[in-house]
Amino acid sequence: MLPEKSRTAEPPRPDYRGHFGSYGGRFVPETLMEPLAELERAYEAARRDPAFHAELDALFRSYSGRPTPLSPARRLGAHLGLRKVYLKREDLNHTGAHKINNALGQILLARRMNKTRIIAETGAGQHGVATATVAALFGMDCEVYMGTEDMRRQELNVFRMRLLGARVTPVDSGSRTLKDAINEAMRDWVTNVANTHYLLGSVLGAHPYPMMVRDFQSVIGRETRDQVLRTEGRLPDLLVACVGGGSNAMGLFFDFIGDPGVRMIGVEAGGRGSALGEHAARFSGGRPGVLHGTLSYVLQDDNGQIASTHSVSAGLDYPAVGPEHALLHDVGRVEYTTASDAEALEAFQLLSRLEGIIPALESAHAVAELIRISPDLDRNAVVVVNLSGRGDKDVDQVARLIGADLRIGCGREERNSEFRSENSEGTKAGFDVDRA
Amino acid sequence: MSGEIRAAFERLKKEGRKAFIPYVTAGDPDLDTTVELVLELERSGSAIVELGIPFSDPLADGPTIQRASERALRHGYRLADYLEGVERIRSRSGIPIVMFSYFNPILQYGLESLARDARMAGVNGLLVTDMTPEEGTEYRACLEAQGVDPIFLAAPTSSTERVLRIVACTRGFVYIISRTGVTGTRDLLSEAIEPTVRRVRAHTDLPVAVGFGISRPEHVRAVWEIAEGAVVGSAIVAEIERQSASGEVVARVGEFCRWLIQPGG
Repeated sequence: MLPEKSRTAEPPRPDYRGHFGSYGGRFVPETLMEPLAELERAYEAARRDPAFHAELDALFRSYSGRPTPLSPARRLGAHLGLRKVYLKREDLNHTGAHKINNALGQILLARRMNKTRIIAETGAGQHGVATATVAALFGMDCEVYMGTEDMRRQELNVFRMRLLGARVTPVDSGSRTLKDAINEAMRDWVTNVANTHYLLGSVLGAHPYPMMVRDFQSVIGRETRDQVLRTEGRLPDLLVACVGGGSNAMGLFFDFIGDPGVRMIGVEAGGRGSALGEHAARFSGGRPGVLHGTLSYVLQDDNGQIASTHSVSAGLDYPAVGPEHALLHDVGRVEYTTASDAEALEAFQLLSRLEGIIPALESAHAVAELIRISPDLDRNAVVVVNLSGRGDKDVDQVARLIGADLRIGCGREERNSEFRSENSEGTKAGFDVDRA
Repeated sequence: MSGEIRAAFERLKKEGRKAFIPYVTAGDPDLDTTVELVLELERSGSAIVELGIPFSDPLADGPTIQRASERALRHGYRLADYLEGVERIRSRSGIPIVMFSYFNPILQYGLESLARDARMAGVNGLLVTDMTPEEGTEYRACLEAQGVDPIFLAAPTSSTERVLRIVACTRGFVYIISRTGVTGTRDLLSEAIEPTVRRVRAHTDLPVAVGFGISRPEHVRAVWEIAEGAVVGSAIVAEIERQSASGEVVARVGEFCRWLIQPGG
């Protein structure tokens, strides 16, 4: 069921081969070409089937808790000198992030295609948890590939997936992060393609994944449009979202692409430095290349070998970006910028203290960007930040990074109070990010 | 000058023989050894050699070739270094060489430059794992302009419509993947081969070679029953891995290939 006031103009779709301008496409081993065509046919049929949308909408409402609220962030706004800052609360979805929107859509498709086994990759663990959740809901076998570096950073999510009945398979090759988890998931898919659906978690990979995942996530932007129109009586001036693969950003932006008055900013991981390997800033540090089945901006060396990346946030720690973002970047419709590890950690704490909302480290990058540009914004500007996920998964890691001691009465009070006083000013980053 | 691959198959056909096509990862254990290995592979009865260009994210490869790629990448070779290696082989041997790669290193080198430099070095064909006819219009044009054969893969999952497209875009020979999955050795040969080979043959006169999972003499013989060529990759790469420290890797890999293609048994 589409919201009534949705969509002023039909936004662009990729061409029949899945190209967004010169980006996207289908660069995969031949074995996967027919399965991708099958998936595309199944998706196109589902997209035109009102029963499919009705079932997905029902799951959104009754299982995931949609529509998610648009919360006014009054204290954050006051802190930044802005009157109309809103947070799109994807963190309030079941499982704690926007990832469930896509997972629900794809599991319905997998069922239509009579697949009995679901595989997925995960970085921060949020997509893995969402996939394990929907697999449990529909009684399907589920295997999630996860880099061992990410498993270390996100122990809690590993345990959640196992509780949900999924098998979590460690990936110990390459950089041991999201990129390598995708390699391994694709190796599984190419081997078990007859009974297995690959539930890819972002607007990445070969056609039709970038389009399909975007469509499932576009509920974020449709709701936001209605909510802003209802509360403000007009469209927003600015949308801000973090960009790893880019699914939460595409989901928020998509319904507004045809509205030239709506400025959009995608925030990549600036990591801890500008050298290759120290960040995941694909637009400033990368160039067009092919990774994981799609042509887009890729961080790579001069020889076309894929570079390693760094971000404090596992969900943004990936060397390529969704192909539709590449097009939106080149045509100038969306601005892409970066927030560093330190800025994200700062925003993580500021939002917690000012709004009572602990954001995911990924989403904290979007908050950091708002903090950075706030002096240049009109104080009456209507701003929406996509709060793509909640930060419970990150609390342990943040505690380690800022040197807080989680044990009570362990003689670290001095350090902790020092940390509090530094951050009450809301500007200084009082921690050593290199310990990531 | 082009068509050396097709010519090699025609020569074998006249002699009533089939093609043994080994794969080695270039730069594993190092580029000098690769040059010597290819020459030894020719002496051991190979008709064509596939030379793998290492890529950081080899998602169509199993653990054996992944490890070989990692070993080669640690040397920091550039694509130009591999082409120089081909040139060194070419100065001592006429064996047809098929470069086997992922698309990104090729794309970054530049399609036109690569086709030209590969031809000049003596590369006869190019097989790119994640390249398909749908995305390959410019790629094919660049290769064909230089007389380098574009070789596409056919898989058990390829529909008849896709097989038609694949054979129309391929020169030299059609590479048939024996089973769904990544590269790697198997004890048993897949039963999916025969129907796939039949489906491809129904639409082309090109020679066909079968690869993936072929690792024993009986596999090679079984493939030769139904196809013009048998590709052996991971089994040879694993032998290189085992023998690298022995100081006799070249001779040992030659022996291994002679064992694979032994007659009878």
